[in-house]
Amino acid sequence: MIRLKPFLLLLGIAALVAAPIGQGNYIVYTLASWLIFSITAMGLNLTLGYAGQVSLAQAAFMGIGAYITALMTLNGIHWGLAVIVSIAASFAVGLLLGYPALRVQHHFLAFVTLAFNTLLFLVLRNEEEITGGSFGLVGMPRPSFFGITTDSNIAFYYFTLVCFIVSAGAMWWILRSPWGRAFRALRENPIRAESLGLKVRRQTLLAFAIGSAFGGLAGALQAPLVQFIEPSSFALIHSLKILLMVVVGGSGFFFGPMLGAAVVILLPELLRFTEGYYLIIYSTLVIVLMVFSPTGLIGAGKKLAERFRPKHEARRDLKQGVQL
Amino acid sequence: MAEFIQIIVSGLAAGSIYALAAVGFTLLWQASQTINFAQGEFVMLPAFFVLVGMTVFGLPLWPSVALALALSLLILGVAFKRLIVEPMLPHGTLPLVIATISLGLLMKESVKEFYGATAQPFPAIFPQTVYEIAGASVSMQDIGNLVVSMLAIGSLQLFLNRTRTGRCMQASAQNPAVAEILGVNVKRMVLYTFLINAGLATVASVLISPIYLAKFSNGETLGLVAFIAAIVGGFNQIRGALVGGLLIGVIDNLSAVYISAQYRSAMPLLLLIAIILLRPQGLLGTSEGRTV
Repeated sequence: MIRLKPFLLLLGIAALVAAPIGQGNYIVYTLASWLIFSITAMGLNLTLGYAGQVSLAQAAFMGIGAYITALMTLNGIHWGLAVIVSIAASFAVGLLLGYPALRVQHHFLAFVTLAFNTLLFLVLRNEEEITGGSFGLVGMPRPSFFGITTDSNIAFYYFTLVCFIVSAGAMWWILRSPWGRAFRALRENPIRAESLGLKVRRQTLLAFAIGSAFGGLAGALQAPLVQFIEPSSFALIHSLKILLMVVVGGSGFFFGPMLGAAVVILLPELLRFTEGYYLIIYSTLVIVLMVFSPTGLIGAGKKLAERFRPKHEARRDLKQGVQL
Repeated sequence: MAEFIQIIVSGLAAGSIYALAAVGFTLLWQASQTINFAQGEFVMLPAFFVLVGMTVFGLPLWPSVALALALSLLILGVAFKRLIVEPMLPHGTLPLVIATISLGLLMKESVKEFYGATAQPFPAIFPQTVYEIAGASVSMQDIGNLVVSMLAIGSLQLFLNRTRTGRCMQASAQNPAVAEILGVNVKRMVLYTFLINAGLATVASVLISPIYLAKFSNGETLGLVAFIAAIVGGFNQIRGALVGGLLIGVIDNLSAVYISAQYRSAMPLLLLIAIILLRPQGLLGTSEGRTV
């Protein structure tokens, strides 16, 4: 079982490398967009699934990243520098927002981030001299490294894939570090975690800020992918969409956000033949999923697997006795 | 001065309708810890029930309103509670938040697909006369809206405080376990709360649609405003939601005229952030115990 895991992981990466070969531009573009949303959903998963805080501003952090990257690269600064600024800015804004919100009750971060997302949208739309208003910004160059350009869609896909693998690795490392294990302790039993000396507020604040920084990175990739950004791409509805990705996939599972992003981005494409009805079908499916499996798709899968997989079980007739 | 009075009156009139939505929002939160992200759509939908009654079945206005009320109680009250909220309650707030977000989307898209994407004119409930009071022109519609919503909230308050059922509802909201032990049918009380919310949404819908026209996307702004009003006023108080709604209505109108039309919708949000920082329990709220 343990031997199987690295093998599966390699297989997955190989599949991601092979996926765009021989595909049309549109499919490559959709795949790249899936990778980008996986990154941002991974960040939200840290906030939500591991630290247990609802953030409704993940799209706003993407917006911060995207606008900073767009403005810097349009002025001739290299993407490599722009992405660092984007990540740092999202992290800093996350700290500033989270610090006061986390002083009070647990659901207040949701309210503050909701307000922040809407405010940011208004600022992006109204400050036309800087952000281009509702016409947005157009023509961001795609980065090139050591003479290799990522101008073609397929090259940019591989570039996004590298960023995706690096950030997934970083997330894996964060969660495996003693510091990341503290998140899980917080989620499972906050009172015990606090009694063992964990600073609950500091931990959740950092989790939120790091989650936001992942959003900033995703935004920095979004700008050169689409090469057109406008305020409504980062409106509240998109934050809700990212939240949907995390919960549909399975919050608190490492691969939940990737699965969720795939469902949220690819399902509408698959349902396209239903034309106007696709959002209706889609939202109904989400409601049904939530009613029957609140832990998302991965949770539902685990439940199914447990039903079929033979499990090691101490004598069943002793069950009552064991419980007592 | 005349302009100022005019702004205040129309702000209060709009605010009283927001308050209706905010009160329903607060009630759901108290009774079942449901943060209803579809609240705006709950206010959007009944207007279309009325329009269906008038155009499809050819009914006059008031029978259509009665039909809309019945449908709302059935769909937004009973079905919402039985099919969506009840199965999810044991799993905490988050799946329910996602489900209500999807429900809002479902309602919005269904109206767009099955009724129409354009704004539909909605018959006025009150005569369109305008009075001159101290130089300010005040419309009958504003006064009517204000009076009807105040009456609705006032009678709700009386019902909750003065009747046996109302007190049982309060008890089940404050401590369901003890209420159950004392013989209150908690499930039934929660159902009443959902019915009241559906009723308030219908009233709000019928009042607001003549002003903004009935459109599938109306819920987006309405939901956000109701949400802000509920938090600003105090999440666990009906009075709070009332004050919050009125305040948001007035601030919204004042800032549109005196500050900037572009940043009009930013003012309630800034108010929200200020309230959360300075007085997290809301203007009239009492602080809840910390969850940890």
